[in-house]
Amino acid sequence: MSQNKRMDVLLCCGSGCISAGAKKLKEKIIELSKKHNIENEINIIETGCMGPCNLGPVMTIYPEGVFYQKVKVEDIQEIVEEHFIKGRPVKRLMSQGDNKVISEKKEVPFFQNQVKVALENCGYLNPEKIEEYIALDGYEALVTSILEKTPEEVIQEIKDSGLRGRGGGGFPTGVKWGFVQANKNKPKYVVCNADEGDPGAFMDRSLLEGDPHRVLEGMLIAAYAVGASKGFFYIRAEYPLAVVRIKNAIEQARESGLLGENIFGTDFSFDAEVRMGAGAFVCGEETALINSIMGMRGQPNPKPPYPANSGAWQKPTLVNNVETLANLPTIMRKGAKWFSSMGTETSKGTKVFALTGDIKNTGLVEVPMGISLNDLIFNIGGGMAEGKKFKGVQLGGPSGGCLTAEDLQTQIDYESLKAKGAMMGSGGVIVMDDTKCMVNVAKFFLEFTVDESCGKCVPCRVGLKQMYNILDNITKGKGKKGDIERLITLGESIQKLSLCGLGQSAPNPVLSTIKNFREEYEAHINDKMCPTCVCTDLYHIEIDKDKCIGCSLCSRKCPVTCITGSRTEKYTIAQVDCIKCGNCIEVCPVSAIDKIPGMSSEVLNIANNIEED
Amino acid sequence: MKTLADLKKIREQAQKNMSLRESNNRIKIVIGMGTSGIAMGAREVMKTFLNELANRKIDDVLVTQTGEKGLSSMEPVVDIIEEGKPTITYGLVNSEKAKRIVSEHIVNGKVIEEFVVEAK
Repeated sequence: MSQNKRMDVLLCCGSGCISAGAKKLKEKIIELSKKHNIENEINIIETGCMGPCNLGPVMTIYPEGVFYQKVKVEDIQEIVEEHFIKGRPVKRLMSQGDNKVISEKKEVPFFQNQVKVALENCGYLNPEKIEEYIALDGYEALVTSILEKTPEEVIQEIKDSGLRGRGGGGFPTGVKWGFVQANKNKPKYVVCNADEGDPGAFMDRSLLEGDPHRVLEGMLIAAYAVGASKGFFYIRAEYPLAVVRIKNAIEQARESGLLGENIFGTDFSFDAEVRMGAGAFVCGEETALINSIMGMRGQPNPKPPYPANSGAWQKPTLVNNVETLANLPTIMRKGAKWFSSMGTETSKGTKVFALTGDIKNTGLVEVPMGISLNDLIFNIGGGMAEGKKFKGVQLGGPSGGCLTAEDLQTQIDYESLKAKGAMMGSGGVIVMDDTKCMVNVAKFFLEFTVDESCGKCVPCRVGLKQMYNILDNITKGKGKKGDIERLITLGESIQKLSLCGLGQSAPNPVLSTIKNFREEYEAHINDKMCPTCVCTDLYHIEIDKDKCIGCSLCSRKCPVTCITGSRTEKYTIAQVDCIKCGNCIEVCPVSAIDKIPGMSSEVLNIANNIEED
Repeated sequence: MKTLADLKKIREQAQKNMSLRESNNRIKIVIGMGTSGIAMGAREVMKTFLNELANRKIDDVLVTQTGEKGLSSMEPVVDIIEEGKPTITYGLVNSEKAKRIVSEHIVNGKVIEEFVVEAK
């Protein structure tokens, strides 16, 4: 008898909260509620990601809607005994506002200013129960579409809504559907692209984990519109929970008659299955993804032919991103007009972003298109972490570009970001503070794409490696005059000549950091100096003799015994031997030791001598 | 599932099971669950309310708790909060009285004057 229950405990079990210990919390809640004999009064529900991952583990408790953050196992006793039994919510675990404690989830600033469409139910429903999704109007859009609308009408609705591909490309979804529908070859396939590979991005994973039925319903609507009979969820094996949840959703939908032959007594028959990817970044590219689904090596093909005409097994294939599919049920239910009322002239609706980096509120957010980067980072993201200064933001992961403080007023839509040299990408937003070396950041992303290049075409396979070598030399003090120009020429050629999106976009981080932070590159090359003291070869450590008290701690902690001195003459570092481990900086009781940008004169002399030889 | 009506039927049932998360309740029953309330049997009273509502298949009433109300001599204390009507506070509630409150007040809308401590 579920009516007997008086409390719903929604425990966020997104991957972030699980790694922070959410499962242990659940065990403890069960244990204590049994002990106090209240286990029959409480529903404990594992939900998908609620969003504010840096506050995890988080939980929301209904009927009050109380929101707890950073809950530890030790806190559970107090929650159960005070809140569950006596009805006194635990104030110290709530969000602490400026002057008051914020008890209710809807009043926490992080959740205000967000508009949730794709993430509407994420963190609110039990993702393993089809009933809960149905209770929140799930599958209504599908059923009314197949019973009351022709495929053409569905496609027209999506065209009118202005929805564009959320995987990064931004191609109008309705137009893509039109191509697939127009092709009369059968059977047709629908593929859900869940090969999310950018470092720092977790939008698709959270959707699949938090609201799998929504993605499945989206796929069914798409399949009905284009006339497909078979669907594939292409999910990487690193997302085991997403795989479990979507498989469970498919199973439940089959049992309910939402998948199978003649769905709802119509001619529409459809079934779906999961294909697991091995985690190659290139498989996010649609032709490579299709090859991988067919059991072949995950390498892209030249386009055309586009998958819409010749995709999986040379049949018409529709490839849509997870978030694109997740938008469909709500668009069909609330109408194209409602959806297109949000956003800008060319970019409609909302977009999910994974906020990460040096900001206060990291996590999963959904905002209307057209809000400024400033609003995203400083209002919703809560601004920079304590005492840090904003330096740049990388949008779109390793394929995207880096923007600066000057670009903060840019509105978030496909065109505006592209004009600034960044891209929407799938929605990863990495915010960086002023301790980050931009050359090193560019090198990091390039290292990723060099690793992930499939090797099929020369510009990407060889060109990226050459760019990487140049960058590597620059960060090691071996940069030469003309390196910047070489990087630009190489980068622009690779963009033009590569076979697929991976190579075409891989030079972006380097080119955009050169454009926006050229002086840092020049400092590395000409002055042999890393201004932020990140590149090990381009800074040195010095002891300030005026501050040094001669305690000898640094000398004793130095693993290569390169610090010598005495109480009277203070201590010095033999620069040539120093390995820059930073031990001395940490142990110094009077903060007399610091990193100084640039090579030390001793090391510079040696380097110059070697070059002359 | 074969028709839209089937879907709606499943939806109605499922919505009942999720009613705790919605805030469209007609009446809120708030039980004082301070130390003295619990000592005087507030937990039994709460269970009675939950069971009684379940037996009668009433799903637009929310049972929740609050802390000490300061009326220790009248514990267990129960508030019946209904929008647009004065909040009724019942005192010295036990299982028997709880059943009567459900049948007379919640179902028939008649305040049981003899149990009332305060109405405001």
